[in-house]
Amino acid sequence: MTRAALPALASSAPAAPALRSVQCTINGEPVAFGVAPFRTLLDALRHELGLTGTKKGCDVGDCGACTVLVDGAPVNACLMLAVEAGGRVIETVEGLAGPSGELHPLQRNFMRCGAAQCGFCTPGILMMSKALLAENPSPTEAEIRFGLAGNICRCTGYTKIVEAVALTAAEAAGGAAGDTSAAGRPRAARPAPGKGTR
Amino acid sequence: MIRFDYADPATLAEARALLLAQGNAASLMAGGTDLLVEIKEQVRVPRLVVDLKRIAGLDTLQVDADGALRFGALVTARRLETDARVRARWPGLHQAVTELGSIQVRHRATVVGNICRASPSADTLPPLIADGAMLHVHGAGGDRPVAMEDFFTGPGRTVLRPGEIVLQLRVPPPARRSGRVYIKHGRRKAMELATVGVAAAVTLDDGGRIADARIALGAVAPTPIRARRAEAALVGEKPGDSLFARAAELAMEESRPIGNVRASAAYRREMVGVLTRRAVQRACGMALAEERP
Repeated sequence: MTRAALPALASSAPAAPALRSVQCTINGEPVAFGVAPFRTLLDALRHELGLTGTKKGCDVGDCGACTVLVDGAPVNACLMLAVEAGGRVIETVEGLAGPSGELHPLQRNFMRCGAAQCGFCTPGILMMSKALLAENPSPTEAEIRFGLAGNICRCTGYTKIVEAVALTAAEAAGGAAGDTSAAGRPRAARPAPGKGTR
Repeated sequence: MIRFDYADPATLAEARALLLAQGNAASLMAGGTDLLVEIKEQVRVPRLVVDLKRIAGLDTLQVDADGALRFGALVTARRLETDARVRARWPGLHQAVTELGSIQVRHRATVVGNICRASPSADTLPPLIADGAMLHVHGAGGDRPVAMEDFFTGPGRTVLRPGEIVLQLRVPPPARRSGRVYIKHGRRKAMELATVGVAAAVTLDDGGRIADARIALGAVAPTPIRARRAEAALVGEKPGDSLFARAAELAMEESRPIGNVRASAAYRREMVGVLTRRAVQRACGMALAEERP
């Protein structure tokens, strides 16, 4: 990986630092782009690469709407510079669905449970939930809530979000448990008694 | 965002040279979760951001042969949170890194960055002071150790000289028959800045008396402080409710809180008392539990 050489800064700094070239993998595809050194990964994704699924909420790391996975780890794209993405593997909400467009189980279950109201927090919560289930395939309700603490749903619709994540975990554990044709609120989504905090 | 340039030097010498050449116009970046917010809010307006991430060796996390915990400037809060040794042996520090920001933030934020940012309410400072942690500071004139409790000079201010970089942190091994606790007080369970943070580390002697006590208070003074009079009142005594109440009273007197949007000064002082009592009580409980065969 060739990173740009150290900048030679004149003492009377020019207004615009030189663009940096960044090569990384985004949603499985190798990507190369030029970016100003002060651009966040979030702004680069949205403006340089047209990946507007990742949302800009607070832009200071408080709301989690910009959550993406970097080498598998969930991070706020607003708190990372785009130049730091060089050589890394980035996953955004655009990469969740399969190659022929079939939805990711989390996406399917968010729809099935009605876990989106305005939808602004949904991409970040989907990515955080993917990371959560990768680390802990059968979380309790308390663990799901702890894991999603950095994602604000401005509509405050957390109950169905937690149900959708629990249902996805239950499906993965039980195999046949997931009947994708069923509508409405599935019983399986409710945490087992005594497992959660409330 | 203001326009700044970015450098990711591969060696400490290059990083130091960049910092010295730019003076106040350069900002050092580890995780960047505080720095980038400060830049966006124009609390800082650097011309150059010097990223430490490409410098080898700063991401090590280990327990030494003597039982001490040692970790570099790039070790994230999340790595400490998910380390079973940290959870078991340094529970005060573990509690602090578990309550810092969100999981997303903790995957980027470093503990050394949390220290160098020197916020009076930073979560990791009280437990590290109570644990007696030492910083390894690297500079042009050579390296020097600095005790955590001597590192801070004011909000956002430290003893670091121009060009100096904190390379790593050493947290001493837990003593036998000891307990370590951090209690964060806030208005909600997560994504919160501490209104008050209290850490206690207590060691018992063979007779069940308190041999050593360290109490550190966060968010109630311009820097985190030790409650030395409260500590002195504990040493040599048998743990008990009236003793804990006495220590809590002294810690309240030693705190110098301000009132702001998160809490009034009077409320903070009151909470110093409540949390000091609980922290010392729990730390003594942990030490006693360890005594059982």
